[in-house]
Formats: sequence, structure tokens, C-alpha cells
Amino acid sequence: MGWCISYMAKINKIWPPVLLLALLIAVWWLVVVQSASVIFPTPGQVVMGTLELVADGTLWGHIGSSLMRVGAGFFMAAILAVPLGLWMGRVDGAYTTLNPVFQILRPISPIAWIPLAILWFGVGNASPIFLIFIAAVFPMIVQTAAGVHTIEKRYLRAAENFGAPRAKLLRQVIFPAVLPDLIVGMRISLGVAWLVVVAAEMIALRSGLGYLIMDSRNAGNRYDLVIAGMIIIGLIGLLLDGLMRLLEGLKSVRWRYGR
Amino acid sequence: MADKIIIQNLKKGFGGKPVVDGIDLTIADGEFVAFVGPSGCGKSTLMKMIAGFEQPDSGQVMIDGVVRKGPNANGILISQHGSVFPWLNVQQNLMFGLHGADHAQKVELADHYAALVGLKGFEKHYPHELSGGMLKRVEIARALVVKPEILYMDEPFSALDALMNLRMRTELLRILEKERHTVILITHDVEEAVHLANRIVVLAPRPTRIQAIFDVPFPQPRKPTSPECQALKETVLRELGL
Repeated sequence: MGWCISYMAKINKIWPPVLLLALLIAVWWLVVVQSASVIFPTPGQVVMGTLELVADGTLWGHIGSSLMRVGAGFFMAAILAVPLGLWMGRVDGAYTTLNPVFQILRPISPIAWIPLAILWFGVGNASPIFLIFIAAVFPMIVQTAAGVHTIEKRYLRAAENFGAPRAKLLRQVIFPAVLPDLIVGMRISLGVAWLVVVAAEMIALRSGLGYLIMDSRNAGNRYDLVIAGMIIIGLIGLLLDGLMRLLEGLKSVRWRYGR
Repeated sequence: MADKIIIQNLKKGFGGKPVVDGIDLTIADGEFVAFVGPSGCGKSTLMKMIAGFEQPDSGQVMIDGVVRKGPNANGILISQHGSVFPWLNVQQNLMFGLHGADHAQKVELADHYAALVGLKGFEKHYPHELSGGMLKRVEIARALVVKPEILYMDEPFSALDALMNLRMRTELLRILEKERHTVILITHDVEEAVHLANRIVVLAPRPTRIQAIFDVPFPQPRKPTSPECQALKETVLRELGL
């Protein structure tokens, strides 16, 4: 009975958004057919275009390129941001010195870095990876440092009371206490990184989902492929966020998110 | 009995106002001393100074004849809200204070104390899966694992309901019978003090001074409802102006 009820509850949660999506697609189809547009595609044409990309194998290449760039930039950002954020959280001098700089750099859209990226790294893979690094690194640093600052005094006091050595303090108190904030920071970062990779690929690259969109428009107004690219970007973004949410279910961080 | 803790003219103020204003007290080895006073009278500040987490403006605390400079594992603080690490399971929490290399030995010690406080079978549970009373047991067991000579208990049971409070007191007495510690208890619950302590120190509020000291000559196990305990409770309450 239990599984049956929870199954029904799940179904009831899935139905409304599915219906809404179906409705939106129906309206889209109706409007395109009614207006007899020659450029704007119907949902059916978008599906056909997508299948075309799947058939000639280029779709997987574009997706792979985009994901690789996000992965590389995000990974480098994490390697720098986590230790730096922990250090800033622990050492007040580091925080007061570095935080203002990061607060100034953080609101600059990664897109604004594109000219500099091209100047420094050319038009290869390095440019978008650098842009993703820029996009991901600041939220992660800020969130990690904030996480260290919000560790409750009583836990630090207990660690001090038991005379925990530095390594143990870091490994068993500070890092696990910050981990939930860190995961939030990573989720935000990954979301921004995904936004940025597509924008970055619109400039002078030969692969990636952003390139697919621009190239489809330039090469003969293939708006069916433009929209196919957009939808795929949305779906992959959803998937990436879902993966980060899975991290929130880890046993060692569940103490923080709801009990 | 030897003198364990000597508190000498301890003073501390915040923003020019004295909070703790000259406390002198000598506590013997193995003694259980309860400080009683109204809420917000500077009890916790006093405790933090004795445990070494805060430095006094003047005066000093001597433990075994040595001036206390900071906290150490020789005396463990157990506070009202608890400090069991929510990201470690019971066993990992109990092992936290053990810094040796022998993992198996640490596990064995942790499990021994888990059993002592009645947490056998919960070693792998995380704190959010435990009740308030069980969390208190984890906290006490984690302190006992490092074999401290002193336990500093700052309103340890006041967040528990009345029944659990009474049960934890009995548990604590049972444990103390096995492992003799010097205990300083801070509480606003006079009955708790009468139940547990050898000596009750009544604190005057704002700034904190010692107002009166009562000996509790009744042998353990005591019944807090017995006439002599009740009579002492009345006396202490009268001293507190109630």
C-alpha cells in the first residue's frame, strides 16, 4: 500500500507540468500553422531537425564539446575556490583583503570577459574554459567562505576542548560543516557555467551547442535546428542541476537539508 | 581530599559593566559542585572562564596547582544546546577526542562508552536520527571517552523534558559512580542541584557573586522527593528570594 500511495503522489506531481508542456507545444504548433510562417518551424519540424542531427552524428559532438568545456572550467574553479574559500573563512586578514576584490569581480558578467579571453587565449577551447572558470569561481569562493563563517561556535569550541589537531579540525569539523554550503555554491556555479558556455561558443568556435545555434542560423536560416539546440540546452541544464541535487542527498550533508 | 580547582578572585566585565565580580572557591578532587542562580546572572560566563574558553579580566583559575590558560581535554564542557557534530555518526563522534593511531582501539573505546550510556546498537546512527535524550548521552559519552578529570556541565539537561531530565540525572549518577570525576554543574533548577551535588553555591545576580554555600550531606542514591532533600530545596529557594 505504501509504495502505491507514494507512487500516486509522484504521478500527481508529474501530471500538471507535463500537461502544461503539452499545452505550450500545442499553442506553438497552432500559431505557426495559423500564421503560415515560412521561417519559424513547427514542433514537428524541430523534432525532424533533431533526428537529422542525431542521424549524422553531429549532435553528440556538440553536446560533448560543451560538456567538456564546462567540466574543465568548473573543475579548475573548484580546485582553486575550495581551498581559497576555506582559507578566507578561517583567516580574517585573508577575508578582509580578498573579499572586496571578489565582490567587485563577481558582478561582472562572464560575457564581458569574452574580448579579454580572445585576446589572451585565442579562439580555441581555452577561451570558453577560461570564461566558465571566471563564471564558476567567484560564487564558489564566496559561498565557501560564508559557509566557514556560519559554523556554529559550539562546534569549534568542542573541537578546541578535545584538543583536535589541525588536520583533524579541518577534516572532521570545518570541511563537513561547510560541505552543504559548498554544494549550494557548486550548484549556483554550474548553472552559471552552463549559461556561459553556450554564449561563449557563439563566438568563433567550430563546435558546441552555442556554435550549433549560431551556425544553423547563419547557414540558411535553419530555425528548426536553432530551436532544437535551445531545447537541448535546457534539458541538459535541468539534468546537471538534478545531478547537483543528488549530492544534497548524501548522508554526510543530509543533517543540514531537512531532517 | 586534594584541592582540584582553585578559583581566585575571578572578575570579568563587558563594556565596563562587571558581569562576574570576584568569585573565590576551592573545589576538591572528586567533588560535585552546583552553581545555582537566576537566568542571565553570568553563570555561563563564569563557567567559560573556569573551563578556559574565556580569559578573566583579573583573578585566576588553578587546576591541580597550575594556572589555567585555555581549554584542554582534561576538562570537557557539556552545554545546554550540545555540540555533538551532526555530520558524524555516533561512533565517529565518540572517537573524535581520541587522537591516537590505533583505529581498532578507538572503535573499541567508543563502543564501550556508547554501551555505558545505553546507546548500544546506535553506533552508526547520525545525530538527526536520535532523540534529545539520546543526543545528551552521546555528548556525555564523547566526554567520558577521553577520560577527563573534570566535567563542566552548563545547564546540560535544561533543554530536555522533565521526565528525561530526571532519567538523565540518574544515569549521570550511575556513570559517576563508576568513573569518579570532579564535576561543576551550572543550573537554575534547584532540585537538580540538590539531587546531584555535594555542595551548592548560590550566586547573586548582576554582577555574579557568591551569596551562600550549602553542603548536601545526604549519601547517594538520593531521592529528590525525600523530606530532607525537599527541606534543603526550600532553604536554597529562600536564599534565591523565592
